[in-house]
Amino acid sequence: MNIAFAKHTLANGLDVLLHEDHRCPIVAVNLWYHVGSKNEQPGRTGFAHLFEHLMFEGSEHYDSGYFEPLQRAGAAFNGSTSADRTNYWEVVPANALELALWMESDRMGFLLPALTEAKFSNQRDVVLNERRQNYENRPYGLAPMVMLAALFPETHGYHWATIGEIADLHAARLEEVREFFRTYYHPANASLAIAGDVDPANALALARAYFDDLREGPRLGPMSLPAPALARERRLVLQDRVELPRLLVAWLTPPMFAPDDGELDLAADILANGKSSRLYKRLVYKERIATDVSAAQNSREAAGFFQVAVTAAPGHTIARLQAEVAEEVRALAEDGPTADELERGRIQAESQFVYRLQTVGGFGGKSDQLNAYNTFVGDPGYFDRDLERYRQVTPRSLQEAVRRHLARDERVTLSVVPTGRLDLALPDSMPAEVS
Amino acid sequence: MSAPATRVDRSRLPDQGPPRRLVFPTIDKSTSPGGLRIWTVRHDAIPVVTMMLLIRCGAADDPPGRDGLAAIAVDMLDEGTGSMSAIDFHDSIARLGAQLDSDIGCDATLISMTAMSRFAGPCLTLLADMVVRPSLREDDFARVRQLRLHRLRQLRDLPRLVADRAFARLLYGDHPYGHMPLGHEAALAGLTVDDVRDFHRSVLQRSDATLVVVGDCAHDVIDVTATEAFAGWSCANGVDRVLGPAPPELPPRLSIVPRPAAPQSELRIGHVAVARSTLDYHALVAANTVLGGQFVSRINWNLRERKGFTYGAQTSFDFRRRPGPFTLQTSVHTTATAAAISESIAEIAGITGPRPVTPDELALGVAALTRGYARNFETAEQVARAVAQIALHDLPDDHFAQFVPAIERVTVDEVTRAASTHLDPARLTTLVVGDHEKVAEDLEQLGLGPLNVLKAEAV
Repeated sequence: MNIAFAKHTLANGLDVLLHEDHRCPIVAVNLWYHVGSKNEQPGRTGFAHLFEHLMFEGSEHYDSGYFEPLQRAGAAFNGSTSADRTNYWEVVPANALELALWMESDRMGFLLPALTEAKFSNQRDVVLNERRQNYENRPYGLAPMVMLAALFPETHGYHWATIGEIADLHAARLEEVREFFRTYYHPANASLAIAGDVDPANALALARAYFDDLREGPRLGPMSLPAPALARERRLVLQDRVELPRLLVAWLTPPMFAPDDGELDLAADILANGKSSRLYKRLVYKERIATDVSAAQNSREAAGFFQVAVTAAPGHTIARLQAEVAEEVRALAEDGPTADELERGRIQAESQFVYRLQTVGGFGGKSDQLNAYNTFVGDPGYFDRDLERYRQVTPRSLQEAVRRHLARDERVTLSVVPTGRLDLALPDSMPAEVS
Repeated sequence: MSAPATRVDRSRLPDQGPPRRLVFPTIDKSTSPGGLRIWTVRHDAIPVVTMMLLIRCGAADDPPGRDGLAAIAVDMLDEGTGSMSAIDFHDSIARLGAQLDSDIGCDATLISMTAMSRFAGPCLTLLADMVVRPSLREDDFARVRQLRLHRLRQLRDLPRLVADRAFARLLYGDHPYGHMPLGHEAALAGLTVDDVRDFHRSVLQRSDATLVVVGDCAHDVIDVTATEAFAGWSCANGVDRVLGPAPPELPPRLSIVPRPAAPQSELRIGHVAVARSTLDYHALVAANTVLGGQFVSRINWNLRERKGFTYGAQTSFDFRRRPGPFTLQTSVHTTATAAAISESIAEIAGITGPRPVTPDELALGVAALTRGYARNFETAEQVARAVAQIALHDLPDDHFAQFVPAIERVTVDEVTRAASTHLDPARLTTLVVGDHEKVAEDLEQLGLGPLNVLKAEAV
């Protein structure tokens, strides 16, 4: 099982990845910039995400919204920003490949001449509305920000959320934003994947034609971030407009693809993924003291964090949830998973890998995966080795990973409680501040 | 390598030739002795199979006073079967690496499973077991109902959901489309497991049903497996139940559900419009695309890109078996609430006549709808979803193959006529979920009459 590909690196440093799939007469064009919110500076957050908006507002040779020509071509398109990377993609009918490359190359090479104060301030307003809609006006919406801020020190690039802080968005100046673009948005910091109903030779020729003569930006070395560390448990409380209290517990864990990352992924499944998981069975099904549970190993490029979230059923305390979550984590650390649980986790992982082969484009499609592997491990063909990580997990290795990273007090514990009900939080919780 | 690149022409966007036409796959059909339609499509590039059971039984089939019964009955299906408990059942699915999803709408329920092809047989058996032979135990019912009551309580904090619920009630009143599938606290509290058992036996099992299987599998094999697995399920094909009271003639024009200190106002503007069976379907799809169905549409362009009021604004016709709503939905900065409403209403009014769709706008809309159409049928799940639409709405098998030419034939005049036939600015109902204190004064200036204040708990 794999994604067949060819990789070419242009003289200016741009990686071009090609994959043929003629099942459907469409082509995915997927472009990753190796820049995310972790490349921002304290007090200057939200820039990477702001660009995800500005990149659609026009470039020197097409100084108008990018939406109209893409829609006219019948494209689906979007972009997203994480802490580690920004991606832009189009899925176009095969005949519109050149249009997509024209536009991606123009905004890579010629965005700044078209970037005006007016566009900048309009898109800042849109982003502030996005923030209101998806964070401020959403129950538990600010909790992820609190967790990041508590897990990572102020100077660490994972301390803030990609959407940025309100004050920073207001304070952002156009010139700083331009400088950010010059540093990170250029061929040597990007990876272009073209997947679908194409002739690879023709697609490569087009990619060369449009990208070969783009300016070569500064070659960036690997980013060095201090390894984060928690000296002890941090207990926080956040008051929110919610009906039911929620507990979030997180530990610092290894980064993506590092040893133990795959083990922790499967541990999250065993603990809280699906109705046959340990926490669901115990807290929701049997004892009925929680309404939902979830867990994930959030592995990022420079560090990871493992987070469990549980919402209390009315009348049940966060303290009890916390004690029972701790018990289940301890049990997994002491006794490991059963052979059955592990087998189930592995087959689920394998299925997820197969499901990801179903589409050429969009978030998580084949073009996106080629870029992810190329950007983070320098090898677009990492698919099989990635899957192999899960096949290699043993009851023992999973148990060891849980013991090393989760069976410990150095963690962040957040109680999200209905406004005015601080009494529902875990004892000794400090009020969380959200900026 | 330093070969000089071909100079590209950046003075204009490149031309494109015509896209390849969509070839929609053939649907192989048979019917089980119990009346279950078995429809399969061969889709074998990836060893993945998607199966969907479409049952024409939805929230509109909730008996009067029992809002939420259909949904909780569907929710109970995966709570165990035969000797398997709910946990055992989910464990069996997890061991196959399969994904199970149940989705209930107004008109129908769709239960879908996706799995690797080698597990198609056992998945189909599990799907049939849960639907035909669910345990429906009292203790499980108590837990599931309790979880739904908690969920309802949590939804009070979700402005989108509060708005959707209140808007359905405003537009439809006691009509079966007037409530969300989840129902409400009072009705749920009054339900018993016997209600669920009765509903399962006499309504769900007696509804028109179609099993759609798309993947690397032969029709004959699926037909044999499904016929055996679904033995005992006797459907009533082609039957549509009679629906209750008509929607109100003219709901209040302007309402608010107060949400003190909300940073944004959640807006819904619309009215009851038209059923899926309308002959104006393609013209309305085109009209909506121009009005608010895509990014470059009149409403999103105005409210987001020009005014910066919102992160996004959309319109849609919800095409159902009975006339569904036309709805504009957006979430705007509190200070922009009244301005966003008057701009939105002006845009809807405009497209019905004063500012009809222009040939350029229609050309853009048609291109957006048609040129990339093939991408909607890339995965087994996408194809299965399309086939389920054919079953739900009695569409011809070549509906999707004919969509592109049908949209391309739509003229500017047809769009304007369809918009003015099915959209009526005078009948628009506006709902705000937001900070009453901050927006009340502005809302009164809109000229939409008195502000109808709804209680959050009541909707």
